[in-house]
Amino acid sequence: MSDTTAERTDFLARATASGSGKRSFGNKILSIVCVGLAFLTLIPLCSIIFLVLKNGLPLLSLSVFTDLPPAPGLTGGGFGNALIGTLLMVGLALVLATPFGILSAIYVNEYAPASELAKTVRFVAKLLTGIPSIIAGVFAYAVVVLATGGFSAWAGGFALAILVLPTILLTAEQALMGVPKSFREASYGLGATNFQTIWRIVLPDALPAMMTGVMLAVARAAGETAPLLFTALFSQYWIQSLKEPTASLSVLIYNFSTTFDDHQKQMAWTASLVLVVLVTLANISAQVVFRKR
Amino acid sequence: METPAIQQGGIKEFRKGTDFFRILCWVASAATVATLAWILVEITRQAWPAIEKFGFGFVTGARWLPNREVFGVLPFLVGTATSSLIALVFALPLGLAVAIFLSEDFLPLPVRQVVRFTVEMLAAIPSVVYGLWGIFVVIPLVQQFGSWAMVACKDIPVLKEIFAGPAYGNSLLTASLVLALMILPTITAISRTALVAVPGTLREGAYALGSTRWEAILGVILPTAAPGIVAATILALGRAMGETMAIAMLIGNSSRLSWSLLSPAGTLAGLLANQFGEAEGLQMNSLMLAALLLVILTLFVNMAGEAVLRYTEKQTAGIR
Amino acid sequence: MKLTSLVKFGSFAASAIFATSAMAQQLSGAGASFPAPIYQRWASDFKKISSIEVNYQSVGSGAGVKQFTLGTVDFGASDAAMSDEEMAKVTQGVVLIPATAGSIVVAYNLPDVKDLKLTREALAGIFLGNVTKWNDPMIAKANEGVKLPDLPISVAKRSDGSGTTFVFSKHLAAISPEFKDEIGEDKSTDAWPVGVGGKGNEGVTALVKQTPGAVGYVEYGFAHHNSLSMASVQNKSGNFVKPTPESGAATLAHLELPANLRIWPEDPTGADDYPITTFTWLMLYKKYPDAAKLKALKGFVTYGLTDGQKVSTELGYIPLPASVVEKALAALSTVQ
Repeated sequence: MSDTTAERTDFLARATASGSGKRSFGNKILSIVCVGLAFLTLIPLCSIIFLVLKNGLPLLSLSVFTDLPPAPGLTGGGFGNALIGTLLMVGLALVLATPFGILSAIYVNEYAPASELAKTVRFVAKLLTGIPSIIAGVFAYAVVVLATGGFSAWAGGFALAILVLPTILLTAEQALMGVPKSFREASYGLGATNFQTIWRIVLPDALPAMMTGVMLAVARAAGETAPLLFTALFSQYWIQSLKEPTASLSVLIYNFSTTFDDHQKQMAWTASLVLVVLVTLANISAQVVFRKR
Repeated sequence: METPAIQQGGIKEFRKGTDFFRILCWVASAATVATLAWILVEITRQAWPAIEKFGFGFVTGARWLPNREVFGVLPFLVGTATSSLIALVFALPLGLAVAIFLSEDFLPLPVRQVVRFTVEMLAAIPSVVYGLWGIFVVIPLVQQFGSWAMVACKDIPVLKEIFAGPAYGNSLLTASLVLALMILPTITAISRTALVAVPGTLREGAYALGSTRWEAILGVILPTAAPGIVAATILALGRAMGETMAIAMLIGNSSRLSWSLLSPAGTLAGLLANQFGEAEGLQMNSLMLAALLLVILTLFVNMAGEAVLRYTEKQTAGIR
Repeated sequence: MKLTSLVKFGSFAASAIFATSAMAQQLSGAGASFPAPIYQRWASDFKKISSIEVNYQSVGSGAGVKQFTLGTVDFGASDAAMSDEEMAKVTQGVVLIPATAGSIVVAYNLPDVKDLKLTREALAGIFLGNVTKWNDPMIAKANEGVKLPDLPISVAKRSDGSGTTFVFSKHLAAISPEFKDEIGEDKSTDAWPVGVGGKGNEGVTALVKQTPGAVGYVEYGFAHHNSLSMASVQNKSGNFVKPTPESGAATLAHLELPANLRIWPEDPTGADDYPITTFTWLMLYKKYPDAAKLKALKGFVTYGLTDGQKVSTELGYIPLPASVVEKALAALSTVQ
């Protein structure tokens, strides 16, 4: 450590030694370059957002949320079933992944933080965050679609659950770590058991921060296309059972953007706009909940 | 917990609850670990016929011919590696610049918040929309650049290979540029967190020694935040390798190897997206093997990242 | 005359029988992506008159055959129909119904060339990688008076497995022994010596649109809706034929359908036939134990073969010739 500090002091000393006019000039140049690069980055972003708004707004109306997708060659219609399908499968993913994520986080942070299992869980969770989303789709295809003989909302929800499990687990662990030690000590001091302490004291305090993870998971899962392509597939109609192929916004965008039908293409942009807003809202609510803490 | 204040029966009940809940949490933890194993085992099982048939030749084979039952993924491995690395080359300086911009006070806070919000919105845009945007905006630009570059570089030794024509729009370069944009939010967000976490005392110390803002940034703040920036880079690399839909729409999906940035290429994830839908028999097994390779690659990158992160954390623990 | 009465009967049957059923009957089908737009349109229009929901999943011909054989769907659909071997595996028996048809066009991007003609040698040569420049003598020979640019030909092809590639390569193999030996017919293009891959018809359309000097093959509907230039292709009798719904219909009308209704015009012989045209098939079981389902399915297929043909041109398909409709309806009547 002392080496590094010595090097730094040395660097600063040399820096101080150089001419001050040159230094402030160099300083300004670097600042300008940095601000310039930052704004350069905004150009493509603005271009995307502009295209999505420009192409998506014209068809946006209340009826796109309540109507079924238009068949080729017809006008009107919407993506009500796809919106419901997306929400449903994201919900399924949360129902499947949240208990595992939060209970694992409790084990890792409350029961046995130093155990081999806890270390492995942390490591595996970090590795799982890096798994490409299409792999979740391939895996769900192998274990759900091939096993049940058909595409289904279950398969789609399962694929998304694999994707969001590490997000939920890692944020829940962070949330638990954020609970002050003194709370636990006070609880034990009053004679509470481990379970009572976790259930009555630690969890309520960590809950808002855990919700952040859940909302981030919603944001991640809602925008995914690749895991749903071979699992939930798509449907023209309202969903009637979890065992049948199910529409989703992202797959609708993909399907409709690859047809020759201009109206469907336009609808793909409108669906993109809705999806982007949905995901952004989920992200914002995650931050708002977090900030409250 | 010895708690004499609570009655005996009560303790028993709590103990029972405690144990049960502890077991439940243990089971959940074990299941999380088992998930990763399950993914690897199941995909390996589905890929087994291809592993038996091709063995290591699957990785070194440069030809992917479904109707001849010849399957080699070398071109897709190379495409995955090059497209992600080139994307990093573009995204790292830009992402870092944005992160520094966000953590310094060059411009008033509201302006920075707008920039931050816009960058975060990038992460919310579905891959397929990036693909559409790439077709509209990036492909024409790359085509213009390519037509110029292949003429300008035709007599320069190495560059003439890298910018060899014909200049297709759907190319490695196009895919890498869009990938760079897609991984930018990851780099920016994690780097910014790391920069903001640098203790104010360090900066004050640097200023007190008479250094300018940029001397402080380059000499003290960036080195201190290095672990976070390395983590950002590695997570971004992992994301780039697995990115699917936009790449499939932009890279040209060729299974032939080429040195040129202007030629079409292919990635493992793109291969899966293109062919999984209509594959059967040995082709399906081979795609599963390609998926297995992709998982192993991304796992390896993430493990390497974790290791680097731990090492750098130890190195900088003293100044933190 | 016969057809008109059949059409009348069809629409009558469709509207009269199903208006009464209160419960929404559901049918599920899966298969080829090429006819998916028109099947989905039929489903949407048919629901309005019958309240029957037909859910068609576009999963590809191969998966369609697989699901149909496993019995997880009520009907299948395939651009490659089903082989005798495949049909033998279906215990309930199979009835193949040609439901719609389409042409595959050779689209190109040469702004100054309005009406490109491609000989059989030139067409095969381009996709074999032997003809690499637009002003190659092999192309110039058939386009006298047209100023062909000194531009490299960039071939656009499908990156995903598809029935479109299957039919196109079948034609190339039929007209060129070299293509047949070196590449052969297949639904994937990975063995092709040239070409940039785009996903789906839209991907290839985009490639052709973006790249000056590009040439690719797409379904007629995509080329038509995107205003791509389409080459006139030389057929077996030596004539250059432009792809239009009429020239495609001519090809189909000249075909002598066998008893199982499975035929490809790999290299049609009629003077005005567009040579790269194909049917696409619905696969039905010979026997359905559920009477209500049988009735609904017959209603839907009858609707598609009769009233449904009217939307063909609008969506870029070729309306089936009357003789084919007649045979298809006869085949449908054997389903019990």
